[in-house]
Amino acid sequence: MRDVAVVAFAQSPSVRQDAERSEVEILTPVIAEAIDRSGLPRRDIGFTCSGSCDYLAGVPFSFVQALDAVGAWPPIRESHVEMDGAWALYEAWVRLQIGDVDSALVYGFGKSSAGDPRDVSVAQLDPYYVAPLWPDAVSLAALQARALLESDGYTERDLAAVVVRNLRNAGANPNAQVQGEFEQDELLEAPYEVSPLRKHDCPPVSDGAAAIVLAAGDLARAVCERPAWITGIDHRIEAHSLGARDLAKSPSAALAAEKAGIRRGLVDVAELHAPFSHQEIILREAMRLGDDVTINPSGGALTANPIMAAGLIRIGEAATRVMDGSATRVLGHATSGPCLQQNLVCVMEAR
Amino acid sequence: MAERCAVIGVGQTKHGAKRTDVSMAGLVREAALRALEDADMTWKEIDAVVIGKAPDMFEGVMMPELFLADALGAVGKPIMRVHTAGSVGGSTAIVASHLIHGGVFERVLTLAYQKQSESEATWALTIRIPFSLPLVAGAGGYFAPTIRQYIKRSGAPDDIGTMVAVKDRLNALRNPYAHLRMEGITAETVKQSPMLWDPLRYLDACPSSDGACAMILTDEKNTARVKSPAWVFATAMRSEPITFPGRDEVSPRAGRDAAAELYREAGITNPRQEIDVAEVYVPFSWYEPMWMENLGFAAKNEGWKMTAEGATAFDGDMPVNPSGGVLSSNPIGASGMIRFAEAAMQVRGQAGEHQVDGAKVALGHAYGGGSQYFAMWVVGSERN
Repeated sequence: MRDVAVVAFAQSPSVRQDAERSEVEILTPVIAEAIDRSGLPRRDIGFTCSGSCDYLAGVPFSFVQALDAVGAWPPIRESHVEMDGAWALYEAWVRLQIGDVDSALVYGFGKSSAGDPRDVSVAQLDPYYVAPLWPDAVSLAALQARALLESDGYTERDLAAVVVRNLRNAGANPNAQVQGEFEQDELLEAPYEVSPLRKHDCPPVSDGAAAIVLAAGDLARAVCERPAWITGIDHRIEAHSLGARDLAKSPSAALAAEKAGIRRGLVDVAELHAPFSHQEIILREAMRLGDDVTINPSGGALTANPIMAAGLIRIGEAATRVMDGSATRVLGHATSGPCLQQNLVCVMEAR
Repeated sequence: MAERCAVIGVGQTKHGAKRTDVSMAGLVREAALRALEDADMTWKEIDAVVIGKAPDMFEGVMMPELFLADALGAVGKPIMRVHTAGSVGGSTAIVASHLIHGGVFERVLTLAYQKQSESEATWALTIRIPFSLPLVAGAGGYFAPTIRQYIKRSGAPDDIGTMVAVKDRLNALRNPYAHLRMEGITAETVKQSPMLWDPLRYLDACPSSDGACAMILTDEKNTARVKSPAWVFATAMRSEPITFPGRDEVSPRAGRDAAAELYREAGITNPRQEIDVAEVYVPFSWYEPMWMENLGFAAKNEGWKMTAEGATAFDGDMPVNPSGGVLSSNPIGASGMIRFAEAAMQVRGQAGEHQVDGAKVALGHAYGGGSQYFAMWVVGSERN
């Protein structure tokens, strides 16, 4: 495969409701910052790809206006996925493999506050057999958490431990939305939102955006001191029917991690897209990430969850650890669909 | 060095106003199974799936690829969902071709669909939201002023649109998958249909269809299993913003730039001579002459002459939309991929009654948004 690296990353702070700004207005400074950090002239970017979802904005073609934030004139080579921006990054990585273009801009954005994402996400379930029952996102996650607690010897204390660490880590992340110092016992006194999940086990509703610049080979070396080289990237999906899955496991994350070459070396840092606390445990098990791996130093999606950008942010946060010299080999992960149905793993390294 | 890419399987559903006999899963499977059969391939052999469709609100299912993963045989595999407005069917095929050209996978199933009968597209297009101009007229109302501008600046006679509307519906009679079957349609039939958005009458407009289209794309070594692969000579995508002062919406630069890159990469210097047949995204009749100019088949303001002279007719020197085109079948998200697939069918000699004799090089074209997203490819019967 051709050598391709993350050379710049930028994100907006995640906020509960960015009421004053449109998606374009949230995106514009983020894209400008990423391009600025890459040192590449905007006109030289060879390919652009974005990820977003019409159902968040409640309008068809919601990505069309976003072109205004890119500056698509003269016209650009551009594509869009109705998925998290992490998959836009995958599409851009594939595009760079062909060899005729050397750089790509990738972005993801979501104003979850435009609706109630807990209910909106019901529309992504099987429309004939499941959606009419209206199981909301938190209820489905709770089913999965229950399956985990009953199968693997984990307890609600383990979920609380995940929350304690992510909220603490978020304290060092100016883009995080929620943070704080808590004890497990303190958290366990909170009432259930949907048993066994408490409010702090669930992600906040966030508005936000993120952008990454990819560059290949010599260009990456020329524009970035320590590019985060993508040594493996893969994504896999599972069956949609919840009854056909063992919700306590994530075979798609395990397979994606294996195909991305996670075992070819040690991982220093893993940024896991786990919007619910129990999902971090499931993902760690699936990818066999031990205690020696620093998980979610950013605080993860539990502390900032702009839907459609949160997965791309994981890749950006992980890549930042390589670019700033604090890590050598990192992993960024993104998920999509109910109960971790689809998973993407991106392994990045310093050279 | 990029890998070669070829189309070795094509499958379409019967397109229709309401395919109430199948669910969305059933619809996509109908196309996918036909493509697999055509490619002499099984589900197991597929490495990855790339699916595309236009807005999710057209059916009322958010990110439907999640629930379609099982029906598409994607479980345990990578599946991506592309969405680039009306050009999406073409863009989806191009993204799939990138997976092959980039050497990432060897056998990719790509599919696009729309099941418009599950919801109401014009309603979905008419929603008022903060920060945006309301589009209360649907697609036809949006494009009609651009068409009037074209007529004014080119001096085209009034009946050019009618000629296209008739020609494509007559072509559709040769295509067993086409939605509309309008035996005996004449210019008079079109002219007597109700005026919707001046100058577009009811029969100048595409129908609303349920349908899907699938293709199997492979690298070179996997082409051996079929007699006649369609080699992907070149692909191109371009986008530009929807509104800004001075934008030429009649012949957008994104389309011209994409065509220029496409021909350059395919080694084509005279598209009118070197391309044997074109499947072009014409949802409203007048877009045929407009795209003839944008694609470089005709000089500026002269595209209408190709239609008038019969060059774009089935027996013309540059047949356009022998399948009947978007004017005869319009499952929106799939319409672009159908253009790409029909181009492949032509160079594979697979187009049956609408086969253009001796077609060796064909163009597939799609556009979307406010004439701002373009996707196109050139395929050929000889290995490039």
